[in-house]
Amino acid sequence: MSAPAAPVSRPGSPTLEALRMLAHNGPAVVGIAMIATIVAVAAIGPLLYPVDPYSIVAAPLSPPFDEFTPQAPFGTDYLGRDILAGIIHGARPTLLVGAFAAALTVVIGVTIGALAGFYGGWIDQALLRLTEFFQVLPPLLLAMVLVTLFSPSLPTIAISIGIVSWPAAMRLTRGEFLRIRQLDYVKAARAAGARNRRLIWRVILPNALPPLIISAALTIGVSILFEAGLSFLGLGDPNTMTWGLMIGANREYFLDAWWPVSIPGVAIFFTVLSVSLLGDGLNDAFNPKLRRR
Amino acid sequence: MTDKILSVEGLTIEFRIGGRFFPVVDGLSFDLARGEMLGIVGESGCGKSTTALAIMGLVEETSGRVPAGEIKLNGENLLQTSRRRMRQLRGNDVAMIFQEPMSSLNPVFTVGEQIAEVVRLHHGASRKAAMDHAYDMLCKVHIPAPEKRLHQYPHELSGGMRQRVMIAIALACGPSLLIADEPTTALDVTVQAQIFDLLQELRDATGTAIILITHDMGAVAETCQRVLVMYAGRKVEEGPVEAILTEPSHPYTSGLIRCTPHLDRDPPAQLPMLPEIPGIVPPVTELGKGCPFRPRCPHAHARCADMPPVIPVSANHGAACWLQEEERAA
Repeated sequence: MSAPAAPVSRPGSPTLEALRMLAHNGPAVVGIAMIATIVAVAAIGPLLYPVDPYSIVAAPLSPPFDEFTPQAPFGTDYLGRDILAGIIHGARPTLLVGAFAAALTVVIGVTIGALAGFYGGWIDQALLRLTEFFQVLPPLLLAMVLVTLFSPSLPTIAISIGIVSWPAAMRLTRGEFLRIRQLDYVKAARAAGARNRRLIWRVILPNALPPLIISAALTIGVSILFEAGLSFLGLGDPNTMTWGLMIGANREYFLDAWWPVSIPGVAIFFTVLSVSLLGDGLNDAFNPKLRRR
Repeated sequence: MTDKILSVEGLTIEFRIGGRFFPVVDGLSFDLARGEMLGIVGESGCGKSTTALAIMGLVEETSGRVPAGEIKLNGENLLQTSRRRMRQLRGNDVAMIFQEPMSSLNPVFTVGEQIAEVVRLHHGASRKAAMDHAYDMLCKVHIPAPEKRLHQYPHELSGGMRQRVMIAIALACGPSLLIADEPTTALDVTVQAQIFDLLQELRDATGTAIILITHDMGAVAETCQRVLVMYAGRKVEEGPVEAILTEPSHPYTSGLIRCTPHLDRDPPAQLPMLPEIPGIVPPVTELGKGCPFRPRCPHAHARCADMPPVIPVSANHGAACWLQEEERAA
């Protein structure tokens, strides 16, 4: 049990202490409950509500909770498709794109940030220039170009989002590495014979994790919004129902019918809100300065 | 000396300041025998810690360079060896403990994991074996309730216990040389004495040679056999502890000894003011030729404009001061 990536939970350990803080943090608990609900819908919803989100079930733009269309409780879109089915069947791809894009963002950002912050000098300068190159490009525009180049599908959308949004994670990681690399225990580890690779991944990174975990949680929310934005612009995968696609497809009819756009909008709102609440909760729990006695 | 573990010969270390290299350590030579404890004393900025970094092969990490000299550990020149070989030696054959036990342990891993990590790194032991060894090491450094400490995080331990853990990590691979860089400066006086006792005990048990870097003459008197006094990167005096303490032969050494408070004397009615050495160590950028202690020396005279060599006082005792030559001539 030598040196796992995250500290083992034991009485009084920082991790356990943080989890206890989290359990006493009202908004964070609400956020966790909401995330659990949304993930449950994504996982088993399609089994409990096996209506094809692409099939026409009623007249186009039927209002929600209408007595004449009980088969579509949330109403129908401009083609007469069931909006509840869209929400339920769209949850899984929406969450998957968000999670995968966030994971990619963190992996790229942390790797480049760790190398830049650890080695410093010309390596740092080169990687900083690379990061700035990505930072000065409008992310949505670059993502649109990438998606168009590689034909829209869920994986290419997630990869494109990851490629345009890693600079923030890189800067955060670099800053943490710059701070931690000069601490005594890094010096001591080097004096004990640790090589650079070990110092980066086993000594410094575990200590830089708390802010990175929080930023990763927030990145999930941002990625879901990003996917919605791409779908809204018509660059989503047309063969996969996502919440963003529903908003994008129905936006022209918004003045006649608010529900085909607003209901998936509310779903996105609650998903991003829940992830943000969790992220804030993690921040409070892992930040010793905010820790209540 | 027959059983020589470390031999430093003409070691010069330079640091880059404002585009130019200045010598922080200049032509330093000393030897260390197996199981010997050598004290290196001097004020802050005299090159003590830099010398330690050079022996650990870590000078390059701090924008310094070693243009001249030789550091031989068990006959192997550390300055010529590959980085890979140096990494194998570091923590394994030559280990170091630092001044700040509070911040020298990684806060996210347990004490046991950190000791086991070194053993696994150098000896490729299994997790189980490494953990068992970590437990043995904690017992050896006399930590109370070692089986409990094994699973505790550094922030749960006191400063003295953390320094014991640092010593356990340093000695886990059975190094032939341990460098202790002001190991007790951050600790309580009572704990200081315990740590020194522990170092001596472990040295006797394992035969590990120890270099104790400190500015505390009292600590040196209690623990070391030999003393090396450094000033502005140069060796100014070297010899057995008793000889240095009873007849210091360099004005700087006598100054340092006079500056140490004594409690063991019969208390006089009125304690005299503790004397001090006027001035500070000159910055390396302002070192000229000649004896670097000249501006602060009460005995400075014309000849001090030339740097004196280390002049033997007795068999193992020498001082870099022209006064020695005059005394011998007289």
